[in-house]
Amino acid sequence: MIRTRGLTKRFRGGQLAVDGLDLSVPRGSVFGFLGPNGSGKTTTIRMLMGLIAPTSGTATVLGESMPQSVATVLPRVGALIEGPALYGFLSGRDNLVRFDAADPTADPRTRRQRVETALERVGLGAAAGKKARAYSLGMKQRLGLASALLQPRELLVLDEPTNGLDPQGMREIRALVREVAAEGTTVFLSSHLLDEIEQVCTHAAVMSRGRLVVQGTVAELAARAQGRLVVRTPDVARAAEVLAAHRVTGLVPGEERVDGELGGPGDEALPELCAALVAAGVRVHGFGLERGTLEDAFVALTGEGFDVAG
Amino acid sequence: MSRAETSHAAASRAETSRAEATVLRTGRRPQTAAGFLALFRNELHLTFRRLRTKVLLGILAVLPVLIGVVVKLNTDSPHEGGGGPSFIAQTTQNGLFLVFTALAVALPVFLPMTVGVVAGDSVAGEAATGTLRYLLVAPAGRTRLLAAKFTAGLVFCLAATAAVAVAALATGAALFPLGEVTLLSGDTIGLADALLRAVLVAGVVAVSLAGLVAIGLFVSTLTGSGIAAMAATVGLVITVQILDAFPQLDAIRPFLFTHYWLSFSDLLREPMYWDGVLKDLGLQAAYVAVFGSAAWARFTSRDISA
Ligand SMILES: Nc1ncnc2c1ncn2[C@@H]1O[C@H](COP(=O)(O)OP(=O)(O)O)[C@@H](O)[C@H]1O
Ligand SMILES: [Mg+2]
Repeated sequence: MIRTRGLTKRFRGGQLAVDGLDLSVPRGSVFGFLGPNGSGKTTTIRMLMGLIAPTSGTATVLGESMPQSVATVLPRVGALIEGPALYGFLSGRDNLVRFDAADPTADPRTRRQRVETALERVGLGAAAGKKARAYSLGMKQRLGLASALLQPRELLVLDEPTNGLDPQGMREIRALVREVAAEGTTVFLSSHLLDEIEQVCTHAAVMSRGRLVVQGTVAELAARAQGRLVVRTPDVARAAEVLAAHRVTGLVPGEERVDGELGGPGDEALPELCAALVAAGVRVHGFGLERGTLEDAFVALTGEGFDVAG
Repeated sequence: MSRAETSHAAASRAETSRAEATVLRTGRRPQTAAGFLALFRNELHLTFRRLRTKVLLGILAVLPVLIGVVVKLNTDSPHEGGGGPSFIAQTTQNGLFLVFTALAVALPVFLPMTVGVVAGDSVAGEAATGTLRYLLVAPAGRTRLLAAKFTAGLVFCLAATAAVAVAALATGAALFPLGEVTLLSGDTIGLADALLRAVLVAGVVAVSLAGLVAIGLFVSTLTGSGIAAMAATVGLVITVQILDAFPQLDAIRPFLFTHYWLSFSDLLREPMYWDGVLKDLGLQAAYVAVFGSAAWARFTSRDISA
């Protein structure tokens, strides 16, 4: 669906925003494009949509190279890039009419119908006649989505679609993304929220400072994060000693708990470890592995916290 | 594809709704002439829906009313010549002349200012609000969008000129007598003939602004700020007018886009004297070609990162 080779963008002024990106988005996936603020997500999307020219490298979207093929590719792509932008003096409906009229492949005779359908779909039917400047951020975001959904699309590109929304608004947008994906549209969703990617995506790529850190299915990525062994006990010090003796590393003693990395020994060592703890007189209240999250994976891969800006 | 879809749906009733929901009617759609032109229509719609456009047209329409009232009040006092080429004196005898007076007063300053605002803001304003990126991913096509903006700019020139002319005609008819018109050459023509000339003059004035539309559009592609583009365009108009007033600059004056603007008065002679008007139209065409190409070259290669 989307493929890039060595895609690079250096802005005037020398800022290297995207650096040698090799991205591969499979058809039918919900692809999470994850990275902290400033990591180059929007810049990548702008290059994919033909808004800015790459400094070097190539990008193909729907099998055709961009930005040369914008006229044939983009009618089949819906996009929300860096927040909604609307004509405040036009009604929500007239905003959609304008964006629909901008597409030369859109049939003017069926425009009204497309616009009404899109408005209903995002739940703006009742507010369609209001001036867009009177819309709340959530409504603007939904109107932006409506314009991305004016036509049946093969690809939907959403750049941080839940940014600035309240939890209810986020849930609504995510539900809509799932619905669109279920219809067979490939979704490319950028986000700086890990749990968002975990909740809705099948695949993900992680960006950091303009570089691609890793890409794959969400399950694969999460599996990369080592599960941590967690022991709940009042005898924290004693438990830590026993675990250390059994080659458990990275021990972090806490309030009535100890956790650590189950490096070399692996899962088979668990029953033995548990027995050893009990034998040493540790009162074991809880014992088990906590599954890794994408956040752990990100920290493990980049060696930095997630809110570090590039 | 639709055939396969239909038979599939017919074969399995229970699956029908799911099949319709899951099979998207995507793929390439052809571009149509009506679809192509829709943006031009929509651009006009957008331009004239703006409050700003309505205010500008309103100001232009008030101008002839003011001139008419001032001339009326000063009818008794002796005249000292003034803004336009001796039109004002004629106005008191014939209200129709207020059309020419108003156009002569509006053309150097007010008309180009409004055109500068509209053309200057056309691309830059949308870049600033971010709507430009959504038009381009629609995809509007950069050349098509620019052509639509240029067309809307020209139509605004017509509307602006019409606002002055119609308001002047109405005011003239209300305040002064209408009747046969004595031309600048001393000949007299009938009212119907004179009205036709007024329409012709208004048309020439509107087209005289075409070069400025192209300049404004070009300036508009240079910046991401609508205000900056408007200010630059209007500033340019004023600068060029000042330069045009220096006899020392004779070598370049005939190439300034404002130089032949007032030659429309030559159409109020019998026979009409077309020399200056044709030079004006030729100059406008040259400005449109040069600045239109520059705007195109700039806009089609520019990074849209606002
Ligand atoms: N038009 C621009 N000119 C110069 N630098 C830019 C421009 N746009 C973005 N950048 C820089 O490029 C980097 C990546 O930005 P961006 O792609 O917006 O990141 P993200 O969308 O992941 O938050 C940032 O450091 C940003 O400051
Ligand atoms: Mg961004």
